[in-house]
Amino acid sequence: MVSHIKNALIAAVMAGVIIAPVFGLQIVRSGMQTHLEPEWDMVLMGMAIVFVFQAFVRPAFVKVMGRGERKFSMPVLNDTSRRAMIFLLIAIALIWPFFTGRAEVDIATLVLIYVMLGLGLNIVVGFAGLLDLGFVGFYAVGAYTYALLYHWAGWGFWEALPLAGAMAGLFGYLLGFPVLRLRGDYLAIVTLGFGEIIRLLLINLYEFTGGPDGISGIPKPTVFGMPMVRRAPEGETTFHEFMGWQFDNMDVIIYLYLMALVLALVTLFVSNRVIRMPIGRAWEALREDEIACRSLGLNPTNIKLSAFTMGATFAGFGGAFFAARQGLVNPESFTFLESALILAIVVLGGMGSQVGVILAAIVLTVLPEVAREFAEYRMMIFGLVMVVMMMWRPQGLLPMKRPHVELKQ
Amino acid sequence: MSKVLLQVSDLTMRFGGLLAVDGVQFDVHDDEVFAIIGPNGAGKTTVFNCVGGFYKPTTGVITMDGKPIHGMPSHKVAREGLVRTFQNVRLFKNLTVLENLLVAQHQHINTNLASGLLKTPAFRRSEEEALANAAKWLDFMGIREYANREAGNLAYGHQRRLEIARCMITRPRLLMLDEPAAGLNPQEKRDLQQLIDQLRREFDVAVLLIEHDMSLVMGVSDRIMVMEHGRPITTGVPDEVRTDPRVIKAYLGED
Repeated sequence: MVSHIKNALIAAVMAGVIIAPVFGLQIVRSGMQTHLEPEWDMVLMGMAIVFVFQAFVRPAFVKVMGRGERKFSMPVLNDTSRRAMIFLLIAIALIWPFFTGRAEVDIATLVLIYVMLGLGLNIVVGFAGLLDLGFVGFYAVGAYTYALLYHWAGWGFWEALPLAGAMAGLFGYLLGFPVLRLRGDYLAIVTLGFGEIIRLLLINLYEFTGGPDGISGIPKPTVFGMPMVRRAPEGETTFHEFMGWQFDNMDVIIYLYLMALVLALVTLFVSNRVIRMPIGRAWEALREDEIACRSLGLNPTNIKLSAFTMGATFAGFGGAFFAARQGLVNPESFTFLESALILAIVVLGGMGSQVGVILAAIVLTVLPEVAREFAEYRMMIFGLVMVVMMMWRPQGLLPMKRPHVELKQ
Repeated sequence: MSKVLLQVSDLTMRFGGLLAVDGVQFDVHDDEVFAIIGPNGAGKTTVFNCVGGFYKPTTGVITMDGKPIHGMPSHKVAREGLVRTFQNVRLFKNLTVLENLLVAQHQHINTNLASGLLKTPAFRRSEEEALANAAKWLDFMGIREYANREAGNLAYGHQRRLEIARCMITRPRLLMLDEPAAGLNPQEKRDLQQLIDQLRREFDVAVLLIEHDMSLVMGVSDRIMVMEHGRPITTGVPDEVRTDPRVIKAYLGED
């Protein structure tokens, strides 16, 4: 009991240290002046809660749980129930936007973009073990491919989408060719530079890309050739006229959400299949031991290039969708911070783990939205989450469980 | 009728001021076990690395079945049928035993992206063949019961056997073993000798061997080359080598 109290005291003091800057130093503005107004009662209350929890609740909880040596474990699903589960989840994801508000669907769309990007980077970093800090460069290539094709040639989203993926893939291939003989840190530095080069090019090719202003007025995707806008351009039928509906902006948002969902599911499907294929096994083998791979006749350059190209392609798709959703692209959206965020998603989720990446994408996108009221502390919370993760769960939220091919005895 | 499979002539490897290998010359026939022995630092592994394409030799010609392979990158050398093991076992430790053998078959199986995504019949067939092939080798090596374990968790002796299986599954013409007996107990060494004999007889593979364990080398090799300070001292059948005064001098020193 004494040790519990002692532990709880330490925990309470620690909690106080952490809480104090948040609640203890409230900046209050009155007229022209701002002054600090510490809310010590809030800090004390927080410390009290931590103390009570550590001293009484947790030991009691441990006692109850420890009885009979029971341990919680994730339920094991067999193939049929897993499939049913997946279908259920997809069904929920499909129906859900019709019953909720505009802001929620908007955030969910953003989450799905990050899921797509996270899964793409997961191929490069998680599966093949190549640290890529310039992933946002490929995202930018995808976005600008659509934007420029629209701006200069009047292409629509669906025509531009495959090309955006292909273009980003091509950039991945071309970049990968010279740099993939580098390893670890060196590769990270070169890719970091690449991401910056793309951004600076976009800023400086003013005539072509619009420089810092970017390109605006990019149309949203059409539904089978019918635009989703209030008033149709000459000679075209809009989707709502065709359906006989009133125009509602919510429809557009739901449509974008559903499209992002489809794109994310395709990414998930492909990366899930690929890791079970020979090329996926080769990625993992290469991550483990490159020299052994070479001694068995595997060409490391080709294998790395395939991972790099595939990851970049998904980033390209994501980018094209991003451009269509925003209606505006400019280099500001493709800074290094974005690369870092995508990498954080992969690391936080557990490198190589697809479910983990999805979970982390949700956490890292929704958390800042929820915490909007204390926006000043967003970065602090973000950092805190990272530190806590690295201390207690360095392997990520849901560490990769490798899909084993089993040999029946 | 046996013919020359691997031919190495005038091989020299220089690292800066150090002449690690100097004028090495030998050939391996397609049905023989050829061993390279010598004191530590004699340049045996350097010869291996040159032959396997891991180093680019300073001078020299290496041909495999008449085709020059010096200067080729190592994965191309491997595709010519020249596959090696490593002094300190290099398995893919976090992959399962089975997956180690599947990766090794990469060049023989259907790696087409589209057919894999769609699981076409051709893709399934190729995967099943690869599995069956792996199962065959696991049976042969007597490690099938560990098929679904991570390779890094195997006992050391089993890891050695798995590494040899992983080489053999690529269907090599020349198997290069770099100190395969290191770290094995006497029983495992006897098994290894039997294994090398069996591989040569049943799978038409020539063996190039580096080894310190004299009883293994003498028991299994057809011919032996002795190296010292990067130079070959002598090449001959085990009995010649055993009694050669220069060899005894190299190993025991002059009195």
